[in-house]
Parts: sequence; structure tokens; C-alpha cells
Amino acid sequence: MTIKTLTLTAVIALGTSAAFAEEVRVYNWSDYIDEDLLKKFEEETGLTLVYDVFDSNEVLETKMLAGGSGYDVVVPTGTFLQRQIQAGAFQELDTSKLSNADNLWDVIQERTAGYDPNNAYSINYMWGTTGLGVNVGKVKEVLGDDVALNSMDLVLKPENMEKLAACGVHFLDAPAEILPMTLQYLGEDPDSHDKDVIAKTEEVLTSVRPYIQKFHSSEYINALANGDICVAVGWSGDILQARDRAVEAENGVEIEYHPFAEGSLMWFDQMAVPVDAPNPEGAHKFLDFILDANNMAAASNYVYYANGNKASQEFLEEDVIGDPAIYPDETTMQNLYITTPYPQKTQRSVTRLWTKIKSGT
Amino acid sequence: MGRPGLAVLDSNGRGFVGELMRRAFLIAVPYVWLLALFLVPFFIVLKISLSDTALAIPPYTPTLDLSQGWSGITEFFSQLDFENFVWLTEDDLYWKAYLSSVKIALIATIFTLIFGYPIAYGMARAPEEWRPTLMMLIILPFWTSFLIRVYAWMGILSNEGYLNQFLLWIGVISTPLTILNTNTAVYIGIVYTYLPFMILPIYSALERMDESLIEAAEDLGCSRIQAFWLVTIPLSRPGIIAGCFLVMIPVIGEFVIPSLLGGSGTLMIGKVLWEEFFSNRDWPVASAVAVVLLLILVVPIVLFQRNQQKQTEAEQ
Repeated sequence: MTIKTLTLTAVIALGTSAAFAEEVRVYNWSDYIDEDLLKKFEEETGLTLVYDVFDSNEVLETKMLAGGSGYDVVVPTGTFLQRQIQAGAFQELDTSKLSNADNLWDVIQERTAGYDPNNAYSINYMWGTTGLGVNVGKVKEVLGDDVALNSMDLVLKPENMEKLAACGVHFLDAPAEILPMTLQYLGEDPDSHDKDVIAKTEEVLTSVRPYIQKFHSSEYINALANGDICVAVGWSGDILQARDRAVEAENGVEIEYHPFAEGSLMWFDQMAVPVDAPNPEGAHKFLDFILDANNMAAASNYVYYANGNKASQEFLEEDVIGDPAIYPDETTMQNLYITTPYPQKTQRSVTRLWTKIKSGT
Repeated sequence: MGRPGLAVLDSNGRGFVGELMRRAFLIAVPYVWLLALFLVPFFIVLKISLSDTALAIPPYTPTLDLSQGWSGITEFFSQLDFENFVWLTEDDLYWKAYLSSVKIALIATIFTLIFGYPIAYGMARAPEEWRPTLMMLIILPFWTSFLIRVYAWMGILSNEGYLNQFLLWIGVISTPLTILNTNTAVYIGIVYTYLPFMILPIYSALERMDESLIEAAEDLGCSRIQAFWLVTIPLSRPGIIAGCFLVMIPVIGEFVIPSLLGGSGTLMIGKVLWEEFFSNRDWPVASAVAVVLLLILVVPIVLFQRNQQKQTEAEQ
């Protein structure tokens, strides 16, 4: 009996440790990769890939700060990454295991170094802008043919929003995106950490609040594609995916993405390895696989986001590299701004302000 | 934990000491259960609610450091305070959210009762051979994930959804109704999801009821409706109360249904808790919110139990 139990325990113990060695667990944003790449990774490396998704930085951050998430690779956005590095949530990357690291694009590396000094903890996966997704037909029907589809006026002016409310408007449920955007609209510094300056956004957002159907950070892809809503403030690639889903569905819905003419927020999603990753070896293999120019190009061609991989650009399809909504031209680039994380005290008042704007209390 | 207990059970019949230990073991089981699954987690949450936030893993301070010995423990306790509970009283968001959650839960419970009672009644009055099938039909939805069923409601209730298409088609409405992302959708979702929890206890109360009591009431001059009010309802009261508690208590803390079906105006404590925990990364305040929520839920349960106890005593 005892011997049997012992053997059984030993077998189970061996089994689990072996399973850990064979597995790489990746936690990435939803709708953010070509799933064929996941199969390709398993075939090339012989590792089992466990791929889970999330749709908000907050969820990821809570898992990171709780510790023991069990993930080997996670993908926080720059501002969140910076704070999580400070909390000690990540391990430095071992560049000797990243043979494709030379493919990275210096233009993006310079910017991400602002969040992750020397890019010691992370590699860029994708980057993009926050702007407007519009159902061209419906918006023109409501606001007339000469409405500017790339202006913040569309979503921050009550007289426009009042009319758009009938066909549905969604905003991202992300104060760190919407508040800087509103500050930009008001001509303030979008990266302001001053409570009183940030508070100025309340009046503008409250005035359009009654006409916003929902604050949500992933539902708008399908809602736009199905024609359930006509305007979304959302992330570039997500809106372009909505555009493609509508084309595939042949439902007559025409979606366009426009960065704001007033200037859009530019953000970077970075792949990093948690400090307690069960399989850091496998994590590096996954990062190196992603850094491969062909693989990275396949991912961008699929999700319509720009990447930080210079070498991948020759493999990008023309409707990706040639689309200024994805790879902005020099002048649009000048117009983009970045933000830095809020300190804890400011964070609290930002969240409170956000709740107040959303629920009216 | 269980092994010595089992040994005691084996020695059953070995006289007085064995019997005493057997009893102690039987009584210990539910208490160990309560301790491990309720009290220990509760004290962990309570402890976090007395801490402060920090940018670290885990994101609060102080954490108990037993390697420091006794001084570590005293140091730890000296750093705890009620600051976070004071914070809850300073912002009206919290009590508004508690109040609104209780309101939504109350209304939803009443609707669940209105829909659930006739179903339970019909089941209990159905021919005996049908009852297992009917019971099966009530339980069947649990075979599909709760999340998927709530998602299905999004497809039904959206502006371009099945309900609106149907209503437009039969010509009842000319423009689509906005139901999704409103409180109405939340009520629909809650009533749908929690209906079985209302039906089953009421059904079990009604099924046990002696039909001859109704006949007796009618013989004594009651109309059918009077007999229903004077006999059936009072006899099914334990089922109604159990059903209402089973629905109301989880609904107060409900998070999934309001976040998927509700709009931004749907204020519920589950969402506030989420924001404290995820957006603010403020585990201490989130824990304080949870502790207060627990107190709000425990008080009516205790009052109810007292009431029940008095009643059984009075009956004896």
C-alpha cells in the first residue's frame, strides 16, 4: 500500500514537472494574433503552447501584482509595464537567447525605452494609436455628407453626439486613454498628472455622457462590424479588424479608422517575462519566435497593427505597410503623443473621476 | 486531518470514550468546514482591509514576516489601521452602490418569485410521472456555461438582435428598442439566471404538501383562490423564503450580469469592487468594501434565522 502510494506520488510529481518543462504559457490581448502562428510555434519547437487572452491592462496588472500568475510571457502596454517593472514583476531578458533581436526597429525602441530603460525587460510586440472607428454610411446619414470623420468634435461635441446616440456610440473603458484625449481636445497637456487639470475633462465628458451607449474595451469590434453601433473611440487595429469582419460578412457595413486630426495617443504593447515564470527558457523561445521577421509580419498582416520589427516590413502586405492609419506618415507621427503612468494618488482620483463620469455618481 | 478521526470511527463501540470522540468528530466536521472555507479567507480579507497600498508584489503593506519572530508580529499589528473604512464613509459612491445593489437585488428577487412560483406550482401539480422530466428541464440550462447563456442574451437583446427583429417584423414597434446596456437587461439576465434557484425550493415545499388539506379547505367553504391564499401559500412559505435568499444574496454581489448586460449607469457594488481592485490597484480599500458587503449580507440572514428559531419554539 505505502509503496504503491509512494510510486504513485513520484509518478505524479514527475508528470507535473515534465509537463511544466514542455509548456509555455502566454497571456496576450484578445484578437491579437494569427492563430496559425501558435500552431507553427508548437511545430517548430515541440513545446505545448497555452494561449490565454485578456482585454484590459488592469486585469493583467492585478495578476502580475498578485504574483504566481503561472504565465511565461505577458503583454502589458508601456505605461503599465513601467509601473510593473518598478514593482519587481518582471525578469531581465537574456539577449543571448534572442537571436532575432537585431530585427527590432530603432525608431520604436527609442520610444519604448521611455517605459523600459534600455529595453532590458521587454520587446515591442505591436504599437498603435487610439482614434475613431466610424460606420461611414450611418454617420453621414445622421450628420450629413461633409462631416469630418477624423475630428474629436464628432464624439466630444454634445450636438453631434445627440444625433449619433440613435445609432450607438461606444467609448473605450480606459481612463488612461480617454482622459488624455479629452485634455488634448481642450488644448491641455494630455500627459498631465495634475488633478485640477485632469478634472477639467469632467465637464466635456459629462456633457456627452448621456449619448454614450457603453464604455467597453473589446465589444466594439463586433458591435461596429454588425452595425449595432456607428461610432467607437477605440484602438486602431481593432477597428480595422471590425472593418474586415464587416467586409467578410457582406452586410453592407462600411467601417473606417481615423486617428484624431487633433492628435492621437500612441501606445506600445510590450512582451515581458514575469519574474516567477515557470518556464523562462520557453518564454525566450517564444519571444525569439515572435521576433522572427516572417512571423511578426504574419501577425501584423492578420491583426492590422504596426509592429516594432524593422526586418518584418518587407514581408508586410501593401494594405498594412501602405495604410497611414497603421503606419502613419511623418506628419501624422509628429501629431502623436505618449503618456506616462499616474502616481498612486493621482490614479485614485482618475478612477474616481472616471466612475463619476460613467455612472453619474 | 481526517485520518485520526477515521481511526476513532473504527473504534466505534469501545465504550464511553470512543462514543464521545465519535460525537466530537461529527460535530467538528462542519466547524472545520466553516473555519477553512469561511473564517480563514474572511480574516485574510479583513487583514488586507487594514493594510496600506504599495507598489510591490503583493500590492499592499505590511506583510507578515514570521522570520522576525515576535517583534515581527507586533510590528505587523502596529501598522494596521481602519483608515480604509473611514475612506468608505467619506465618498458617497460606496453607500450609493450598496443601496443600488440592494434595490436591484430586491426588485429582481420579486420578479423571480412572480415567474418562479407558478412554474413550481405547475410542476408540483403535474402528474407524478412527468415530474422528473419537468425537473430535468429546469436543471438542463446548467449544462451550458452561465457565461455563454448571458452572452446569448446579448444577442437577443441588442438593437439588431432577435427580439427587436421579431418585434419589428410583427409590427409592434417601428424603431428598435434599446434594452441591452440598460437596467432592464440586467433584470432580465438576473431573473433568467436565478429562476431555478427560486423554483427548486418552492417546488420541494409544494410537493410535500398534503393535497387533502386543500380539499378540506374547500369542504369548509373556501373558494379555490381562498384555499390557495390561506393554505398553499403559507405551507410553501419556507420554500419561498429559501428561494428568495438563494436569489437575493448572490445577486447583491453580482458582477458578471451587470457588466455584460448593464450600461455604465448600472451601479452595483460588484463593479465598484472590481474598480477598486483592478483600476485603482487598491486591494486594501477593495477588501474593506468586501468586508462591509459581507456585514450587509450577514445581518438579514442572522435576523431571519432568529425569527425561524422563535417560530419553531412557538410551534413546539
